[in-house]
Amino acid sequence: MATPIKSPGHVAAPGQGGVGDSPLRPDGTLKVTGEFAYSSDLWMDGMLWGATLRSPHPRARILSVDIGPALATPGVHAVLTHEDVPGRKVYGLDHTEDQPVLAFGEVRHQGEPIALVAADHPEIARRALERIAIEWEVLTPITDPRAVIADPANLKVQERGGIARHQPVRVGDVEAARARADVVVSGEYQVGIQDQAFLGPESGLAVPNEAGGLDMYVSTQWMHNDLKQIAPCLGLAEEQIRMTLAGVGGAFGGREDLSMQIHAGLLALHTGKPVKMSYNRYESFFGHVHRHPADMRYEYGATADGRILYADVEIVLDGGAYTSATLNVTGNAASLGVGPYEIPNIRIDAYGVYTNNPPCGAMRGFGAVQACFAYESMMDKLAAACGISPVEVRRRNAVSQGSKLATGQVIESPAPLAEMLTRLEAMPMPAELDASDIRDLPGGASQTTHGEGVVRGVGYGVGIKNICFSEGFDDYSTARVRLEVIGGEATALVHTAAAEVGQGLVTLKAQIARTELGVQRVTIAPADNTVGDAGSSSASRQSYMTGGAVKTACEAVRARLLAMAERKLGRWLRSFGDLNVVGGKIVSRSQGVLATIEEVLGDEVIEETREYHHRPTTGMDPVTGQGASHTQLAICVHRAVVDVDVDLGLVKVVELAAVQDVGKILNRLSLEGQIHGGSAQGLGLAVMEEIVVSGGLVRNPSFTDYLIPTILDMPPMRLDIVENPDPDAPYGLRGAGEPPTLSSTPAIVAAVRDATGRALTRVPVRPEHIVA
Amino acid sequence: MRVNFTVNGSRETVDDVWEGESLLYMLRERMGLPGSKNACEQGECGSCTVYLDGVPACSCLVAAGQAEGREVRTVEGLAEGSSGVDEKLDPVQEAFVEAGAVQCGFCTPGLIVQSHDLIARVPDPSDAEIREALAGNLCRCTGYEKILDAVRLAARRKAEAAR
Repeated sequence: MATPIKSPGHVAAPGQGGVGDSPLRPDGTLKVTGEFAYSSDLWMDGMLWGATLRSPHPRARILSVDIGPALATPGVHAVLTHEDVPGRKVYGLDHTEDQPVLAFGEVRHQGEPIALVAADHPEIARRALERIAIEWEVLTPITDPRAVIADPANLKVQERGGIARHQPVRVGDVEAARARADVVVSGEYQVGIQDQAFLGPESGLAVPNEAGGLDMYVSTQWMHNDLKQIAPCLGLAEEQIRMTLAGVGGAFGGREDLSMQIHAGLLALHTGKPVKMSYNRYESFFGHVHRHPADMRYEYGATADGRILYADVEIVLDGGAYTSATLNVTGNAASLGVGPYEIPNIRIDAYGVYTNNPPCGAMRGFGAVQACFAYESMMDKLAAACGISPVEVRRRNAVSQGSKLATGQVIESPAPLAEMLTRLEAMPMPAELDASDIRDLPGGASQTTHGEGVVRGVGYGVGIKNICFSEGFDDYSTARVRLEVIGGEATALVHTAAAEVGQGLVTLKAQIARTELGVQRVTIAPADNTVGDAGSSSASRQSYMTGGAVKTACEAVRARLLAMAERKLGRWLRSFGDLNVVGGKIVSRSQGVLATIEEVLGDEVIEETREYHHRPTTGMDPVTGQGASHTQLAICVHRAVVDVDVDLGLVKVVELAAVQDVGKILNRLSLEGQIHGGSAQGLGLAVMEEIVVSGGLVRNPSFTDYLIPTILDMPPMRLDIVENPDPDAPYGLRGAGEPPTLSSTPAIVAAVRDATGRALTRVPVRPEHIVA
Repeated sequence: MRVNFTVNGSRETVDDVWEGESLLYMLRERMGLPGSKNACEQGECGSCTVYLDGVPACSCLVAAGQAEGREVRTVEGLAEGSSGVDEKLDPVQEAFVEAGAVQCGFCTPGLIVQSHDLIARVPDPSDAEIREALAGNLCRCTGYEKILDAVRLAARRKAEAAR
């Protein structure tokens, strides 16, 4: 079988270090030398380049498609439309299957794929796309999600109706509580569309194999779920497709949905040649779903001393044209809609709606981000109304172990929010502004003043995120671990299908194998589908789930190793059942070191595969929203210090301080990287990142116009990582990647409010919101 | 067209280059040097940064033909004895791995070339100088804290090695 040049291979995990250490990344050297094989780097002799024709209209009927001139272009090998899809013509996440592989009948969003070209050179492919002639009947797009909620039967982007999911939450009696409230505050909040903006473009290589199937090298978050969607559309059995994870250049939710996978597969099957596809940045903005924009109305009533009596909440999430992850995002917005606060009476209505706007789905924080901006803004409003500090109002209402969430679910493991807030408040403050260096002013080197209008502000934010998949999903991961002597040294091979997307799972897998097996040498096999499903690299779940699977498989290998040791060393043993593996040696509690692993193993091989499932969850009641829908929850709290030029509307975030409970630190270096990176994406949402859409059209699909934080935008970050183990999780860990993305946004906006006195009800905050 | 230039110390001739191709495309797709990355292809992200006659440049903004007769050094050519058995990472490369500055790694090659240039020009850069030098390199994973750590560490190591 032909393999591409630079295909992913086994990597030896360098250095030493088990759970709790911070050994070097196994893929680190490859990544710093440029040798790491990302999906866009793959190359094969004779390969073709695939390209995609996309809709210029957000809503239009396709009257005719003429591919003749495109097909006649020299160097073009195939031009395909929906008629060439051999199997099911639609796909989608969570069994929704509403997204056409290639459009037929009607397009429902700008950028929807219509036709494919395979050619010898990407430029030939691009020119051929221009020669595909389409006759359109352009229709008026449905773009107002609130209008859809008001008339879902008539404003239908999808046949099933205008609303993808309405999830209510009902607790107590809101009307009665309203009558008792001393203080009532209300607000309307909006969140713009955020993009994952991973740097590695959607790309990959599909190679026809001898069995009539395909070898696919793609960057994804969940290859087994990709396969479930790809195979039926290509008319292949899942067994005919070999999936290998190519290097992934970041994900953040944006690779949960398919992008080029089926398309490259179609072209490869049709031409019989390897086909590479790689989006450019413009296409990438249309090639994946984004974070749902939200429109939210909140009303809280409280006692005079700031204890919340009720919350009355409406959250509208615009899912765009196709379902993607909207059902679960809406569920999260509902269950976490009032955050980690004890509120006795709650009415939440969360809606996920179809429109002709860009499709939205998974992004880091997944439905919890939008609500967090609103509920934290409400906490500040309540603090002001009651005349108490923002930190104090949060402490007074904070959940702790044993509290109930809005869903009635009891928080069974530690949730020391009040203590975390106290620690945050006690963290040292950054130095006062020194206006003598213009680079330290808001706007940096482009500042036009001497800082006369700069005002400092401080704000706080709290976020709570569910870890792992929720609402009754049977969430699991699989690991295969093999122990053998190679070159005289005991070596563990760890093989999973879990996607390394940058988070450092490959490092952690090696750490776990070292800790559980007492070996130093660990090899990480490339992720592929010759091993069982690992689930998605999302929901901050892979340390927990694939970590749990690797740990469980290692335990099984260790048990067999110890049994082998008892068998082989039997005649020297004074008692059985007290052997362990420590530092590469078989050790008996009573007799000390007996042998090395190598001596026991000899030329035998021990291999075990295990599945790991987390504690089961339940669904949410469709009427009351009640249910133990989450398996683990994680909290992060942020303090933001900002300097705002109130005349120019410019914001400089001076410092972000965070306290996060991670249960147990498995790898401090990687963990800090997750908190830093999550905080950065929250900063982006607070002050700069938005896909601007009007009339269903994206107005800024480039890194020139869609801004993500640069090194000049990011402040120093002060971290206080606390460890309150979760007894249900492997090593007591708590998923850590998402919570900081929630809490940094409201903290920064609160700080800007503190500096400016402006209401700031929409993120990202723009200069005109500050100077208006 | 034909392009003759020097890449990582080796004289190369590349044939059949289409005039519209960038230096980045030529390196990645015609020369088996995909270390320079293609995150935006419009000079905003810095992931394609290479040395062009000793000066960092976004190779996506350089036409392939403009490399004629010039000297290009990519991330693949930074380590001593590159790609050989005796490969020894440059201190900047080492520091990026050790400091945790590498997550997905897609921005890393560009950041390494840019940091390598900074430390060559300014052996002991202040944080403000590091931030200014790297302002054209986007990273979506790290929030840049560990990248600052890596550059500080690399500068320290290079200074120690020079003593």
